[in-house]
Amino acid sequence: MYKIRKAEKLAENIFLMDVEAPRIAKSCEPGQFLIVKMDEKGERIPLTICDYHREDGTVTIVFQIVGASTKKMAELQAGDSFRDVIGPLGQASEFIHEPAAELKEKKYLFVAGGVGTAPVYPQVKWMKENGIAVDVIVGAKTKDLLILEDEMRAVAGNLYITTDDGSYERKGMVTEVIKDLVQNQGKHYDQVVAIGPMIMMKFVCLLTKELGLPTIVSLNPIMVDGTGMCGACRVTVGDQVKFACVDGPEFDGHLVNFDEAMKRQTIYKTQEGRAMLKLQEGDTHHGGCGHCGGDE
Amino acid sequence: MGDVLKKVPVREQDAKVRATNFEEVCYGYNQEEAMEEAARCINCKNAKCITGCPVAINIPGFIHEVKEGNIEEAYKVIGKSSALPAVCGRVCPQESQCEGVCIRGIKGEPVSIGKLERFVADWAREHGISPEKPASTNGKKVAVIGSGPAGLTCAGDLAKMGYEVTIFEALHEPGGVLVYGIPEFRLPKKGVVAPEIENVKKLGVKIETNVVIGKSVTIDELLNDEGFDAVFIGSGAGLPKFMGIPGENANGVFSANEYLTRSNLMKAFDENYDTPIMIGKKVAVVGGGNVAMDAARTALRLGAEVHIVYRRSEAELPARVEEVHHAKQEGIIFDLLTNPLEILVDDNGWVRGMSCIKMELGEPDESGRRRPVEIKGSEFEIELDTVIMSLGTSPNPLISSTTKGLETNRRKCIVAQEENGATTKEGVYAGGDAVTGAATVILAMGAGKSAAQGIDEFLNGK
Ligand SMILES: Cc1cc2nc3c(=O)[nH]c(=O)nc-3n(C[C@H](O)[C@H](O)[C@H](O)COP(=O)(O)OP(=O)(O)OC[C@H]3O[C@@H](n4cnc5c(N)ncnc54)[C@H](O)[C@@H]3O)c2cc1C
Ligand SMILES: Cc1cc2nc3c(=O)[nH]c(=O)nc-3n(C[C@H](O)[C@H](O)[C@H](O)COP(=O)(O)OP(=O)(O)OC[C@H]3O[C@@H](n4cnc5c(N)ncnc54)[C@H](O)[C@@H]3O)c2cc1C
Ligand code: SF4
Ligand code: SF4
Ligand code: FES
Ligand SMILES: [Mg+2]
Repeated sequence: MYKIRKAEKLAENIFLMDVEAPRIAKSCEPGQFLIVKMDEKGERIPLTICDYHREDGTVTIVFQIVGASTKKMAELQAGDSFRDVIGPLGQASEFIHEPAAELKEKKYLFVAGGVGTAPVYPQVKWMKENGIAVDVIVGAKTKDLLILEDEMRAVAGNLYITTDDGSYERKGMVTEVIKDLVQNQGKHYDQVVAIGPMIMMKFVCLLTKELGLPTIVSLNPIMVDGTGMCGACRVTVGDQVKFACVDGPEFDGHLVNFDEAMKRQTIYKTQEGRAMLKLQEGDTHHGGCGHCGGDE
Repeated sequence: MGDVLKKVPVREQDAKVRATNFEEVCYGYNQEEAMEEAARCINCKNAKCITGCPVAINIPGFIHEVKEGNIEEAYKVIGKSSALPAVCGRVCPQESQCEGVCIRGIKGEPVSIGKLERFVADWAREHGISPEKPASTNGKKVAVIGSGPAGLTCAGDLAKMGYEVTIFEALHEPGGVLVYGIPEFRLPKKGVVAPEIENVKKLGVKIETNVVIGKSVTIDELLNDEGFDAVFIGSGAGLPKFMGIPGENANGVFSANEYLTRSNLMKAFDENYDTPIMIGKKVAVVGGGNVAMDAARTALRLGAEVHIVYRRSEAELPARVEEVHHAKQEGIIFDLLTNPLEILVDDNGWVRGMSCIKMELGEPDESGRRRPVEIKGSEFEIELDTVIMSLGTSPNPLISSTTKGLETNRRKCIVAQEENGATTKEGVYAGGDAVTGAATVILAMGAGKSAAQGIDEFLNGK
């Protein structure tokens, strides 16, 4: 059992938890993920490792409610436990292997969208710990959905926040901020790292390709084992099929087939929808509505 | 008394009924039937059957005890050579092993060795008979990676010799393929696999799940920081292959590993569990091995019409005869001498069919089987919504790529000596599918046994 030390609501439908997982805390690096399984009947849910405390033996996860399993997870409190936590999985971000001197010469831009702020955070933090100040763009739908602002501010060089509705700081998409920085403010970047919803990463990549900025993205396809055993997570990168859980999750964004990846994310849409309805309606739902399949 | 040339028939669940559930297909013998079948064994002096068994179970020895009704004695005889008899009795390819060379088989049907072994193991479990924990340990620690048949056997044998053994398993349940691959209807998890794992634990073996060696901790760290004196790698061959044909990433194309893992390990067939599985209307399973049969029969039980698409003919099907027979009884359709060319995809990215070509058998290839060759102009399409690729698996490079000095061959298999499992790295042993590539439960067990011997010799010499 893996005890939850802290459970906190960051924003509507977004939660942070510190979980005891000493082996993972000891060996994980930025860019890696873990898998949690709530209980006997639960799914294996992949989540990025958003922070880690090696001495404490804890790791931090941040997740958003998008379906039945994350909804159940959100009900867990400090003191509760996950039945299983597996990891760290996937490859660490490439930059941690680069010689410090070379890395210091490079200009990095991190672009985070929505809950993508959480996986970007440990990377920016790592940079800061290694004496590198990087630019960070964080995009959120609206002010209330912005997460980890103070944490990010503490580790970023320049932080640019934008909201779709203009309720806080800039108004507009992250792509507009990239354009502004590069085209109007004359900034140059050797490497962009973009993490967020698949559609956001796709549009960032279309733009950065045009601007000639190498871009790394972190993919979140459907996974089961997370160790290379099932192939559910396969994505097309260039002319190769890769397993995101072992070859990634980070890839050269200019080579990723996003359209295929987005289609593959919807494989279980119908069943996921049913599971959510069942959860929402609980015992009061006995089918017959003709929509959810509960009467099948 | 029945016909002495024939096996005492075994009771099975009716094919029509079982095609809709996940209960075990075969009921096995009761004691009366087992004793009658045991009487068919002529207790050969030069018992061929033993040479056909990879772990050399004293087959006439245990069968004799069954004939006399001494089932506990029979269990002890088997226990000297095999740690997982309830599993092997169910899933060994007996027809090409022990039973394949049984003298009785020359004139009639061989003795039903597998079913007798299964009966003995089930009887022992039902009567609460299990191995005993050794009185004391020798203070030496061995790490075993992977909890499949190779790892369980190696761990069990080492524990019996007095070692302190910890198994590290990447998944959340121990058992390897026995748990994630082979379906419930062939090998019940709670009823059969779990008790066999409990038996290994009763010997004092610790099992730590959720540890991915090479990620959570490396082999070098186990040896240098965690105080292990030796390591056994039994990590299997879990990496699925795909064909590389167009359309293979469409929604509705799965590896057999994914499909089976969802159903077996995650219990997606049971709606009380949260993991989803695609319930196809018309499913093609590409391949002809045990894994293909298991995937096909799982899809059938979930409610689909299922076709096995295999490029050679029935005689070359690598699956066990019994499984092919059961699959046919249940209504799986065999599209033999057929090879997929492309998976056809609709506008939304979903499988809508598969274009295939007819094959004929030509000259024999390296494997001695006649090579299938395409018949020109015989292309045709089948309509489908699901395709399950079952083309074999290879060892996962997670461990070899994170362990210095551990050599692999060109098939990515870990190089290890057959007699003692020694790898190219001192103190590190390996066996099972990780060394041989995908093979069988009993061969993996045999390798785990040899490696336990090898590790014991190594640590005693130290
Ligand atoms: C490497 C990786 C890192 C991730 N990191 C985070 C993170 O830090 N924070 C966060 O909120 N989410 C993260 N995700 C996504 C998260 O795993 C899914 O949101 C979650 O599994 C949804 O489960 P559900 O049952 O609540 O929703 P469902 O209704 O079942 O699914 C909603 C959508 O989530 C995706 N999904 C469903 N099941 C899986 C699965 N087993 N594996 C992957 N995706 C799935 C699908 O696109 C699906 O359509 C990550 C995914 C991956 C692969
Ligand atoms: C669907 C299917 C049906 C089969 N049917 C039959 C049959 O009828 N008869 C028969 O004899 N054989 C059958 N086989 C083959 C047989 O199951 C295998 O040959 C046998 O299980 C191999 O045993 P193993 O111990 O070497 O590996 P596995 O059983 O594969 O076990 C390896 C274990 O190691 C774990 N592992 C892997 N990497 C790591 C890591 N880095 N860290 C920690 N743990 C790790 C895995 O999660 C797994 O649990 C079948 C196989 C499949 C897939
Ligand atoms: S272990 Fe397998 S090969 Fe050996 S006797 Fe039993 S069924 Fe036959
Ligand atoms: S070969 Fe057949 S008949 Fe002879 S001892 Fe073995 S099982 Fe009995
Ligand atoms: S999640 Fe199974 S191979 Fe990647
Ligand atoms: Mg879900």
